[in-house]
Parts: sequence; structure tokens; C-alpha cells
Amino acid sequence: MMRRLAGGGLIDRSSKLEVRVDGVSVSAHPGDTLASAALAAGGWLQSTSTVHGRPRGIMSAGAEEASALVQVEAPWSEPLVAAPAVEIPLQGLAASTLPGLRGRLTGDDEARHDRRHAHCDVLVVGAGQAGTAAAREAAGRGARVIVADRDFLPVDVDGDQVTVLIRTTAVGSYDDNFVVLVQRLSPERRRVWHVRAGEVVIATGAYERPLVFPGNDRPGVMLAGALRTYRERFAVAPERPAVFTNNDAGLDVARTLDAIVIDLRRGRTVVGTEAGPGGLAAVLVAPIDAPADAERVECDVLGVSGGFDPVLDLHRHRRGPVRWDDRRACFVPDGALPGQRVVGSAAGEGLPEVAAGWLLPGEEAAAYVDLHRDVTVADLRRAVNAGLSSIEHVKRYTLAGTGADQGRTAKTNASAISAELLGQRAGDVGTTTTRPPVEPVPFAVLAGRARGDRFDPVRTTPIHDWHVEQGAVFEDVGQWKRPWFYPRDSEDMDAAVLRECAAAREAVAMMDASTLGKIDVQGPDAAEFLNRLYTNAMDTLKVGRGRYFLMCRADGMVFDDGVALRLADDRFLTTTTTGNAAAVLDWMEEWLQTEWPDLRVHLTSVTEQLATVAVVGPRARDLLAPLVPDLDLSAEGFPFMAAHDAAVGGLAARIARVSFSGELAFEVTVPGFHGLELWRTLWASGEPFGVTAYGTETMHVLRAEKGYVIVGQETDGTVTPLDLGMDWIVSKAKDFVGKRALRRTDTTRADRKQLVGLLPIDPHVRLPEGAQLVDVDSAPPAAMIGHVTSSYHSAALGRTFALAMVRRGSERHGETVYAPLPEGTFPATIADPVLFDPQGARRDG
Amino acid sequence: MPRTESHPDFLWSSPEPRSSYDVVIVGGGGHGLFTAYYLARNHGITNVAVVERGWLGGGNAVRNTTVIRSNYLWDESAAIYEHSLKLWEGIQEELDYDVLFDQRGVLNLAHNLHDVRESVRRVNANRLNGVDAEWLDADGVAEFCPLINTSKDIRYPVMGATLQRRGGIARHDALVFAVARAAAALGVHLIQDCEVTGIEVDSGRAVALQTSRGRIAAGRIGLCAAGHSSVVAAMAGVELPIQSHPLQALVSEVLDQVLDTVVMSNAVHVYVSQAHKGELVMGAGIDPYNSYAQRGSFHVIEEQMAAALELFPIFARARVLRTWAGIVDVCPDASPIVGPTPVENLFVNCGWGTGGFKGTPGSGWVYAWTLAHGEAHELNRPFALERFETGALIDEHGAAAVAH
Amino acid sequence: MLLIPCPWCGPRDEIEFRYGGEAHVAYPADPPVVDDLELARYIFYRGNPKGRFQERWVHQQGCRRWFNLVRDTVTHEIAGSYLPGQEPPA
Repeated sequence: MMRRLAGGGLIDRSSKLEVRVDGVSVSAHPGDTLASAALAAGGWLQSTSTVHGRPRGIMSAGAEEASALVQVEAPWSEPLVAAPAVEIPLQGLAASTLPGLRGRLTGDDEARHDRRHAHCDVLVVGAGQAGTAAAREAAGRGARVIVADRDFLPVDVDGDQVTVLIRTTAVGSYDDNFVVLVQRLSPERRRVWHVRAGEVVIATGAYERPLVFPGNDRPGVMLAGALRTYRERFAVAPERPAVFTNNDAGLDVARTLDAIVIDLRRGRTVVGTEAGPGGLAAVLVAPIDAPADAERVECDVLGVSGGFDPVLDLHRHRRGPVRWDDRRACFVPDGALPGQRVVGSAAGEGLPEVAAGWLLPGEEAAAYVDLHRDVTVADLRRAVNAGLSSIEHVKRYTLAGTGADQGRTAKTNASAISAELLGQRAGDVGTTTTRPPVEPVPFAVLAGRARGDRFDPVRTTPIHDWHVEQGAVFEDVGQWKRPWFYPRDSEDMDAAVLRECAAAREAVAMMDASTLGKIDVQGPDAAEFLNRLYTNAMDTLKVGRGRYFLMCRADGMVFDDGVALRLADDRFLTTTTTGNAAAVLDWMEEWLQTEWPDLRVHLTSVTEQLATVAVVGPRARDLLAPLVPDLDLSAEGFPFMAAHDAAVGGLAARIARVSFSGELAFEVTVPGFHGLELWRTLWASGEPFGVTAYGTETMHVLRAEKGYVIVGQETDGTVTPLDLGMDWIVSKAKDFVGKRALRRTDTTRADRKQLVGLLPIDPHVRLPEGAQLVDVDSAPPAAMIGHVTSSYHSAALGRTFALAMVRRGSERHGETVYAPLPEGTFPATIADPVLFDPQGARRDG
Repeated sequence: MPRTESHPDFLWSSPEPRSSYDVVIVGGGGHGLFTAYYLARNHGITNVAVVERGWLGGGNAVRNTTVIRSNYLWDESAAIYEHSLKLWEGIQEELDYDVLFDQRGVLNLAHNLHDVRESVRRVNANRLNGVDAEWLDADGVAEFCPLINTSKDIRYPVMGATLQRRGGIARHDALVFAVARAAAALGVHLIQDCEVTGIEVDSGRAVALQTSRGRIAAGRIGLCAAGHSSVVAAMAGVELPIQSHPLQALVSEVLDQVLDTVVMSNAVHVYVSQAHKGELVMGAGIDPYNSYAQRGSFHVIEEQMAAALELFPIFARARVLRTWAGIVDVCPDASPIVGPTPVENLFVNCGWGTGGFKGTPGSGWVYAWTLAHGEAHELNRPFALERFETGALIDEHGAAAVAH
Repeated sequence: MLLIPCPWCGPRDEIEFRYGGEAHVAYPADPPVVDDLELARYIFYRGNPKGRFQERWVHQQGCRRWFNLVRDTVTHEIAGSYLPGQEPPA
């Protein structure tokens, strides 16, 4: 049984801490770990193994722990934590052992975890001897140094430009010396460091690995080096230790602990272990060539040493080369990556030579290769006998090395024993890949502050507060919050939208159109540039006038639409759809810079610099007139698609006669910071006419009644301008991006889907958007001929209607199609997509 | 949990390659192994070799997140994926192997009106194509999977979801073992550590492979090397409209079972399931640049975690145990290419992007047919290389997006 | 996280950039006359080599300018960046 010694160790005996393990109080000192405290109290944090349900206890003194993984319950919560790596906090540590080593999720994490970015000349990972020496050397020559060490012991490196981070694990190494560190700031909080280093020094040391023999999994069997650590650092030691080793390091531990030695190199091996109170009772020792001839050696703890494995995770994350070192029986670095060094025992320096031979005699089904996954030598033999020769297959057949401990102490044994079973040399089967993170990192730590409101930015217009005051219901469009509709009293959406639509068609209504993307296109070649991108001509546009446009990808599919206003010979203000603003600017810049660098054009996103209000309806002129007394708003004086600069209620504004509803409409644009004032000014002026605010849903209904498409709703990346029936906007005279693609075999097929209107036979039935259409009302499977893209109740039409993409649709007006839905099949008549005011009589008011 | 005891005593032998085979499959992943299996099983063609550069299944077969579903939008996709799903439904009996195929349902969440519209469109298309599909509203989602945060006050509230109940997951490495064993039992040669270094083309006809284990002549050659499609095809002078990118994924440690379905969200960028062993399996985003390095950038993982917690706050304390990347070969329309090439007797099966695992049985089935007949089966005819010339793309970006 | 040398701004983290695929794929000089195959090659086909690759990036969160980069697609090592119209570094 382990117990605490009267003196020694790096613990503060003047202070006592209380820890609760499985509800039982255990005493500890500052400087203890959960494992050392448990051992000092005579326990092993005993639990049961994942598959065989065997008792297991602490087997290491570090993060490589395979068995003593606990659920930390307070002062923070975390599953499957390696007990030897848990520093005892000043207050309130509670943990429980986990039968079967399955972690528990206990709910959200309220702690705020940080992220920090840092640059340095030298990043040293690991502050053991080699790491400390490298850090001091770098500091000495004036380099900016970061030293990171996972432990909580002080690190002795000083300097003005030195940052020492303890309780900090380098969890991943990425391209161009980008290393991710996770620092524990307090029991509850952690910080993720993104470090870009000129040089990375990997000084992560080496892990001891066990020997694989029958009964090697019992509580009381632990790594020999761990015995030394517990004794020297934590002043916890066994009473009657024995050490089983194949190397001098193990022998050294045995000397320090005055332990019984079982040296494989002297032909002696362990063929069994016996449980005793507080650990082992005895081990069975036999000559390696006569395993049946065993003698019973009494001991309470058995330290084992099967050699050491350099910790090369960071080196391997970037595929740093390794080679098998036969004498020391481990993989060592075979050169370093550019800008990196591996030093100390991580480079294999000072590691002892080990005796040859991996397969020890005795019951193979009781000899554990992977304590965490309960994989025995018998399992490996079965895998090899099944025909497997790759260690990756053996790993997947047995699950060796895949546990929460990442198989740190198991991998080399698994590869080498498999190799021996295959009749190969230990290094020949290679090793399984090492992947980040080096130690498990909680999701919440990686998410950092990107939680809740900070998950993704919210974009709002300058008029947003007004919408909120009015009780608008919002719709997410990209990152924007757009008013969807403005319910009054107990109105549901349908009622609100019918009311808003009626206002726009019968009186006057206003919409915040500020989210539309806006790009200022300037330069002598601005018109030529837009000519090349838009399907229709822009060079013929007069100054002071606007024109609706379409834009295609090179494959001829509709990409975006908008209105371009020509503000001067060399200047256009163009709009984009709300969700596409960034993509459209990217697209335009790409063409300008990479294909047409000779064009003298500058592009500037002005989406957020401007606020736009659409004033829509037969009384729009009445609303606006008092605010612009000097402007002739008549159809003749201010024709459709004209634009004028004017002061609107004292605000410098641009007014454009643009309509996305078919009604008389003015879009008023001001600098963004005047947006709310503009809105209020317009609103006040409209109150005598019953001005009504409307949201995106009403906007959609109004435009659909007119057969106007929404890019991304009628289109889905497979629709050409011709499919939309918009031949009129496709220039025959000039080329544009995507034009040639419209002549491909598939884009010229006669049976493509085309935009149509759709009138359900039952005028009360609103087909769901996304309903599929068939020609014949029959049970599935059925051939689909199209689908409903938009569907609404129309106040103006007094019925429901839809837009749809239908195969050969433009030549099928008047025919009946069916929408088979789970709740029934609904017939509808194909119609022209322009269902309201087909003559366009309302546009001028 | 599939560990030693659940696997059979014997899987396959490792024969020396013959100098010639009727058909040689390049690439011993899920697609290649199923192709070889069905060549033998359906077409009686057993003089077949699968040549694999590393170890069987060592590419994307064991790097994917094992989501299986068939609820694709377009008729062509639905047909091939549904064919595949039907094969999945009989796979355990067919291969006499427990691959933990579990039809626990796949939810695709909708977070905005556009998502809703596209989801309903897909559900309706699926139903008319004979693919099971349901639309759940937000309450339905909360009822079906209470673990999801369906609160209205999150950044992108859940507005509903499509549900394919027949969708689910399987154990990928068990599947590799199962198909490889079945193929080997029918006489297929599984040749590992055999890197193809050249393809001999004689008068426009592929005749043999040069490999690290010698020249292997072949009546027909089927390329099936996801992650290296462009590289291998180029050996025969065939260019493909493929870009190769890292796709990262991750697992947590083994946790108590909390999630009994597959949840995917394009808008919030999450796809997650909990494996039978208990670990959470999540796909992360595609790194944007071309790469053959099987590793990606860290910020992709961080973003993934933020997204996961947006929908599953309960995962906050789960821990990332391991991240990794596969190389996905992506076509411009997010649909695969399966069929003949301009080189006679040389066929290609590639471009499954992020979603190949679910397709492996169906892909192998049609590709075997194609290799046996020398022309595409009706199910894979639309997935021809020529479609990029005619423009008859099968654009599944909407249904595929980031998530599979 | 690649460290990408923007020719105008200097080395910056990958997240500031957007990828643009293979460099030096020119838009057809006279689009109306190309045949379907040439058009398909322009729209859909891009180089995808294993090894050194001349590719395009744009410093989207910075100067918003496009440039070319020579990068190894296996090691991710960057040989250097160069401006559109310039010759790649050796």
C-alpha cells in the first residue's frame, strides 16, 4: 500500500486541503495532484475497465494515464480527466471514479474561455531540462520566447522578452509554425493561445511504457518512473515495492526505492500478479525459458519499465519524419521540420537501451497491451491470425490505442508485439498516426467566446430600433435581421401580410430596403465593366437613370440581380440581393483584377454607408410631395427609373423611381446615420394617408403578383435568364460573362423548366413552397415536372397563387398540374407569371 | 462495440499479384472493395485484383463520419443513393457481418426561410422518388430530438427539419473488413502496399498498370482512388474536373449515450452523431485550398465547436479527443463521376466529395456493372464525365452543402 | 493555419484570405467562338496536382487584392507569392 512519507516532496505540508472522491473526504496538500492525494490516502482511484470490467487503478504520474480517468465534478465539471494530471485547487475539488470509463455530460459550461494570439521568435514546449536550457539560450540572445509547460511547477527561465506559461499544454502543431496552446487560467477557465513562432523547440520528453505480462493490469502495477515521481515529488511511496524492468532506468528506480528487482535482461519475467489489500500481495516470477517454474515474490506495488517513447505528437502532427531505434526500441525523430527542433529525451537523448523481446511468456489473454481499451496479447494474435498485417488494421480490429488516453502507453507495445507475431522487426509495421489534440480539450474551451450572441454577428439597419418598437417579427437573411412582418394586436402572419399588401396596393406603405447590397462602381471604364458582367447593356444608360440587370456565372446560371443607377458618366451605384452582397463584390473584383486589369474601375461596398426606404403605393407621391416641394414628382417630370438628388425634409437624399411591386414607388436613400430620421420624416408625412410599414413577406407577395423573381428563390444555381422568361434582358448585341454557356446542349434543351404562374383550382389552397408538381395524379414514384418556388395569399387577386418552375412551362399556360402532398393532391392551373396588372398600368400611380 | 470478439477469425489472405487480371480496381477503399465484390458476386467475374497503395480502407473509408442517407434532391441522385441505401439495408445479412448499421434517422435542420423552402422541396421530391422523407416543424424537432436547442432566442433558431428515418450510421472499419472478406472469399485478390505508378495506354486503350509490385495487365481498369483521383487519372492522360481538399472531422471521448439520431445543419455547420461506443462523431468544414496532406487548419475545428454548442449546449464539457482530415475529391456540381473515360477500358469512379461512404454499396454495384459491360448502368449514366461539356449537371450543392 | 505572404501587406494568417484555385486560367479571349469542350474546360476544369501548385488567393480581409502563390499541396510549403502577370518564383 502506498502511504505518505513523513518528510520530503514538493508539497506544502503547512496547509491542508480537502478533496472529495466518490463522496468520501480525502486530505491533500497544495502541490498534490488528485492521484497523489488518493495514493497518499491508501487508495488507487479504483474503477472498472471498459470491456472486461476488471479493477484498475492509477498506473502513471502524468497525462499518459490509461486507467485512473475520473469525472471531475467541482469546482468545474469535466469527464474522463487523467487523475495524475489534476492539480488540487485551493478549494472544493470533487471527483468520482467512472465504472467502465464512460464520461458523463453535465450541461452547459458558463465559464468564459479566452483566446489569445501571440507571435514569438522561439516557442519552447516543455520545461524539463532540455526545454529550460533551450529557452534560456534563446532568451540570452534577446529572442522573444514563450515557454509552455503542462505542469504546475515553477519554470526557471527569466528575461524581459520571456513569457512563461505553466499549466499549459501545446495541443496541436499546424502549418508554418502555428501552435495551439491550452492554458488553465483557473480551475474553471482556460485560454487557447494561437502562437505563430519563428522557431518551435519540441522538448516534450518521453513516456515510459509498461511491460506486457499476465496480470499487468491490476491496481498496484504502475510505471516505474511514476513510483519515483510519487516518492520524490509527492512523498508517497509503497512499503514493499518490486520493479520489473528491461532497462537501466527501471533498475535505477528500483535502487532509489530499495525495491526487489526482476530484470528481464537476467532472464526473469513476471507470469502473474496477486491482488492484496491496498495493491498487490505478490507477483509470480519465473525464468523466461521456464515460465511454469514460478516463484511467489511478495510486494505491494510493482513498478514496470518496458522502455521509453519520445513524445513526438507535435512533430508528427505535421508529418515530421521518424525512424525506429532498435537499441532503445522506440521511434525517434529522423530530422526536424523547417523551423523546428526536437531536443532532449523527445529526441531520444538519454533514453536507456532495452532488452530485445516483446512477447513474454504466460497467459496471453491476461496480458494487457492497452489498459484503457482492454486489449490483450491474445487479441493481437487473433487479429494477426485473421490475416491482418497492417498495424492500422490491427488497431481497428482490436481497438488498441484508440482510447481516451490516446494509447500513449500502449501504441509501441501494440505495434511491436504485432510485428513479432507477424515475424517482422518491431519498427517495420510502423506506428499509428498521431493527431491533434495532444490532450483532450473541452468543446466549450475551443468555442471560446463565440457563444450565444457572439456566435455570429447580427447586422441591423439604422432603422432597426423603429422596427423593434413597432413589434416587427424578424427574419434572418444572412447575418441581417430584416422585418418579416409587423403584426398588429392579435394578427397572425397571414392577416398582417394581407393588410400590409392592401396598404401598398391601395394607399401607401414603407419598407426598409437598407440591407440590399450596394456597390459604388467608379472609373472611366465603369460602363464597359458592367457591360461585360451584366446580361444587358449599361453603356446605353443615361446619367440620372437606372436599369434593372441580371448577372450570370460563367456557366450561364443566374447569379444575382439588382438595379444600377448611373450617377455620372463614370459612376454607377449598383445593388445586390441582401444575402449575396459580399459574394457579388468578390465576384466583380475578381474579374476586374484578374481578367480585366486594364479597365480603369474602382469598386467600393457602400451597403452600410447608406440607408434606403422604399415608399410604395398609389399615394406614394402624396407622401413625398410635401417633403420635396421643389421636385416635380409627376410621371412626366420624374419618370420610372429616373433618379434625382434632393433634400427630403432637410436630409440630403437621392430619390429613385424603382419599383419591386408594380406600384408607384420611390426609393429614398440617405447616408446611413440619417436613416432613422429619414424613416420618421417619411412616416410622419404618410400618416394622413394611412402609411403602413411592411416587411419582407409582403415585399415577396407584391413582387410575386407581378412575376418578379427573387434570386435564390425562383433560382437555385441551375436556372438561366431564359428559363425565367427574361430573354428581354439578355443582350444579343454584346457579350457578357455566361452568355456563351447559354448555347450549350443542356441549356438549349426545349424541355427545360421555365417560370410560370400557378393558380390552385381551389383558390383557398396555398401550396407549400417546395411542393413538387406532376402531370398525372398517381401514387409515387412519379415523374416530377417542376416545383413551387413561391406561394402566397394575394389580397389583390383575392385568392392564392404561386410561382413555379415547370418543364416546358412557358408553352403550357392553361394546363392543369398536380401537387401531391402528404395531406392530399392539389390541382393547379399553369398561368402567365405576371398575375397582377399585366399591362403595368399602376407603375406611374 | 466491435472489437476483437465481434470480428471473424479470418478476414483475408494477401496473395502475390498475378501478371494479369480481367479487371483491376485501383484503390482499396469502400468503393473499390464493393466494386470488386459485386464484380464477383453479380457478374461472376472473379479474376479481379484490388490494388491498394497502403492498407485497405486507409483513405476516406475510415476517415468519414459514417452518415448514411438517400434524401437527395435530384432524381438522378436520389436513384443512386436510394439504391445504395437499399443495399445497406441488407448488407449485414449479405456480408454476414455486424457492421453496426443502425437506422436511427437523419435530421437536416432548417434555420431560415430559405432553408425551410429548400427542405420542403427536397422532402416532396424524395417522397415522389420513393425515398422516405418527412418535414418536422420546430416542435416536431424538439420532440424527436430533445437534445437540440430549439429555443427561439438562439442566433439561428431551428425552424424545422427534414427527417429520413431510414438514414443512420454504420461502423466504417467493420464495413471495410466485411466487404474485403466477402470479396476475398469469392476469389478477388486484395493486394496492399501496391502503389500504381503508371497506366499503360496503347492506341487509346488502357492495357496494364505499372505498380510498385510490378506490371499488372488488365482487361479493364477501374479507378477508384478517392483523394487521388486526379493524380491517378492523369497517369492515363485523363483530366478530371476535380479539386482535392482536406475535410476535417473529430471525435470526443466515450460518453454516456445521449444522442440517438444523426443531426445535420447546413446553416449552422454542424453534423453530429454518437457512435455505438459512445463517442460523439462530428464533421467539420472543408479547408478551402487544394491539398493532399490529410490535415487541415485549426480554426476550422474551433468554428465547428462554436457551431456545435449553438445547437447542443450540453456538449460544452465534452472533449475533443482526436481530429483528423481526409482528402475529398469534389466535382463542380457536388455529384460524383462514375463511368467510362476517353481511354478505352479505363473507367473512373470519383468525385463523391464529402458524401462517399453512404454511396459505397450502390457505387460498387453500378461500377461493377459498368466494368462488366463496358458501359454505364442506367443508374450511373447521368453521372458521366460528359455532363460538364453538355451542361447537364446534377447540382446537389443545396442538398449536399457542407454536410453529409 | 497557413501563413500567406500577401505581396502588398506581408505575411498574414490564412483566415484573412480567400482561395481562388489554379492560377493562369484565362477567360477565353473570344468566348462566342469557343466550342463546348473548351468552354467546359474553362468553367469546370482546374489543375489539381500533388506537389507544387501555382494558385490564386485574394487578401479578402486585408487589401482585397488578388495575387498568385506557389504552394506545395502535400507539405503546404509556400515557395512565394507573385503579382498577376508576373512570373512565378523558382
